[in-house]
Amino acid sequence: MPHLHVLASTSPSGLQQLWFVLIAVLWLGYFFLEGFDFGVGILLPFLSKDDMDRRVMINTIGPVWDGNEVWLITAGGATFAAFPLWYATVFSGFYLALFLVLAALIFRGVAFEFRGKKQDAAWRAWWDRAIFWGSALPALLWGVAFADFLHGVPIASGAAWTGNFFDLVKPYALLGGLTTLSLFTLHGATFLGLKADGEVRDRARHSGLILAPTALVLMLGFLTWTYVTAHTTHHNGLVPPFLPILGLVVLAGVGWLMRDRLEGWAFVATALVIVIFFVTLFLNLYPRVLVSSVSPQFSLTLSQTASQPYTLKVMSWVALIFTPFVLLYQSWTYWIFRKRVRRAGPLSVSSSIGS
Amino acid sequence: MTIYAGITTLTLARWQFGVTTVFHFLFVPLTIGLGFLVACLQTVAYRTNDEHYDRMARFFGKLFLINFAIGVVTGIVQEFQFGMDWSSYSVFVGNIFGAPLAIEGLLAFFMESTFLGIWIFGRGRVSKRVHLASIWLASVGTMLSAVFILAANSWMQHPVGFKIDKATGQAVMTNFWAVITNSTFFGSYFHVLFAALLTGAVFMLAIAAWHIRRDQQKESFVKVARIAIVVTFLSALGTCFMGDTQARQMDTQQPMKMAAAEALYNTADGASFSLLTIGDLTGNPIFQIRVPHLLSLVADNSWNGEVKGIKQLQAADVQKYGAGNYVPILWITYWSFRLMVGLGLLMIALGGVGLWLVRKRRLEKSAWFLRFASLMLLAPFLANSLGWIFTEEGRQPWVVYGLLKTSQAVSHVSVGYVAASLVGFTAIYTFLAVIEIGLMVKVARKAPEELSAQDDEHPLELVY
Repeated sequence: MPHLHVLASTSPSGLQQLWFVLIAVLWLGYFFLEGFDFGVGILLPFLSKDDMDRRVMINTIGPVWDGNEVWLITAGGATFAAFPLWYATVFSGFYLALFLVLAALIFRGVAFEFRGKKQDAAWRAWWDRAIFWGSALPALLWGVAFADFLHGVPIASGAAWTGNFFDLVKPYALLGGLTTLSLFTLHGATFLGLKADGEVRDRARHSGLILAPTALVLMLGFLTWTYVTAHTTHHNGLVPPFLPILGLVVLAGVGWLMRDRLEGWAFVATALVIVIFFVTLFLNLYPRVLVSSVSPQFSLTLSQTASQPYTLKVMSWVALIFTPFVLLYQSWTYWIFRKRVRRAGPLSVSSSIGS
Repeated sequence: MTIYAGITTLTLARWQFGVTTVFHFLFVPLTIGLGFLVACLQTVAYRTNDEHYDRMARFFGKLFLINFAIGVVTGIVQEFQFGMDWSSYSVFVGNIFGAPLAIEGLLAFFMESTFLGIWIFGRGRVSKRVHLASIWLASVGTMLSAVFILAANSWMQHPVGFKIDKATGQAVMTNFWAVITNSTFFGSYFHVLFAALLTGAVFMLAIAAWHIRRDQQKESFVKVARIAIVVTFLSALGTCFMGDTQARQMDTQQPMKMAAAEALYNTADGASFSLLTIGDLTGNPIFQIRVPHLLSLVADNSWNGEVKGIKQLQAADVQKYGAGNYVPILWITYWSFRLMVGLGLLMIALGGVGLWLVRKRRLEKSAWFLRFASLMLLAPFLANSLGWIFTEEGRQPWVVYGLLKTSQAVSHVSVGYVAASLVGFTAIYTFLAVIEIGLMVKVARKAPEELSAQDDEHPLELVY
């Protein structure tokens, strides 16, 4: 019968570092992509005046949201394969939080598919609520989770979880959650500015003018807290200061870009801010994957949680061969659906899609 | 941890896994099977410009998408629950089991979701040829996803290409090729693939038969029914043939599962197979119908082959693995196995009789057959569930055969959390099932001409 042991931490090998980077890339890809479709979902009740507005908004993400969510599935699977102990400790430790995320993603996913299947205002209103809550809740909880990774969760010796749900919702983590919530909402606004047309586009731009400063304040607070903690308590992460400063500067610029109707650039900027935000967190975490709030010696590191070199090598080859194809065809979808979505004017009805 | 005697984290985690997996797998085979059939219909429409096939491709495409949505969202739970409820298992097998899961995401799910997005929203915006290619690529994606998840499951049934790492106690991969060419995997992949095609075909046939009886769009639905009958017959045969191959493999790889399928207590030569038992299964039934030699034929491919009995296997397992109970829950294995096989044979009959009627050109006139075909709608779904219940329950007490027991695999989480999420997920699944069935019935009952050419994804009021 197997007896599982957690080994003492050593410095990570090149393969382990590579897989830490790849897992980080998968999460970054997920947050960059699903970030805007969460944002569109959150903005759905605020930027729409009628059902056609909502249809415009949903159709901007309609063809792509499911593919975006696969980044999460792949990140989960890759963490399972490359760092089984990280996957197992986080997923069982964050049990109820993950249940909430899963429930939210379930309702959100079916809502996109089901809302249009009946011509019934009440039916659609219920699914629109599901889209809103199903987007807002994960947008908040993913930030809480990643803040917890860094700030510490109650794990004792041998990755044994000693806390409960309320250990996960400390003020720092909640601030992290509010930061991602505001960033993703803003990202959704810049995306709608880029992809919608007409009134929805105008409203998205106006919402960006309020959302950008909000996100800036939250992110400034969260990153300051992160840096103070990094320098006082657990000194071992990588903490280059230029990165978060760059992120904050870019974020400060989003408001101007939106005001000047440069929505494309605004979208690039919010994407960059999200990437920088999570890169900062991952760098701070390295070489740990999960910080213990009980004692720094119980924090889990790359070397302790990683799979054997053979598994990592096989996975590296698979990733090397197939990732380019995935990126290629996923980019191609965005190219196919590159045009703005808007209501048809009286003249353009005949040119629309009736087939 | 226990709430009160008997209710443990383990019990609830097992229920959670069972409920989630069975629910998820109601939708997956239909996604695979119907996706393929819709792609076929669209291909015929593309080649022949026959409006009947075009209409049918759209009609069944709508049903396919209603089904697909739930398969996707429950699939995320399926992947995440390993870490949530089975963290010891996840640490033990992650080196091996995680890889196919990650590859499934990268190779299959991206393909499926991306091209389905193009298929749904791209009509009229990409060329007809690209639109057709997108449904085929999505269909290939669904079939690829089954490859990796079944390679992972086959490793749990029959672990190969690994060693136990002394320092960590984990199972670690030594040969990836051995893992993906596991002998168990071949049988289980084609068994599942044929069963999925069968599910799609019976689903199509049942709905077509319903419309033919009501004289709605008869010409279109008769064409579809003919295709569905051929696919039903061939894939039902394929499913049974692969299942038969698997039975022989099971007899050598997991003899206890084979014995448990028949509740065979004592080793026997030329063992018979009971079609049904009334009374208890411990060898003193009140009433039984037995077919002589059939179990030996199934398990050993010979008239008088030896089939090992539960008592002897239990004794051998105690020798090998130490004290413990190595017998699965017999009423579950016994009944799930025969009901699955029985339903499989019934579906061969459905296809066979259907073919005969098609040949005699009497399909649309045969009211009893059309009624029978509609009633068979539930058969493949039931058989799929029973098959998984049999293969997973039959492996108990092991989660990884011979290496890790289910009782050792569970997470150290509080029983209250598992109870809360079990209740939560069950409530969500029930709610989704009600909505899904309601929508399916609503769409399936409408004659296709009532489903307007425009749909909600392409409202006439939107332009791009």
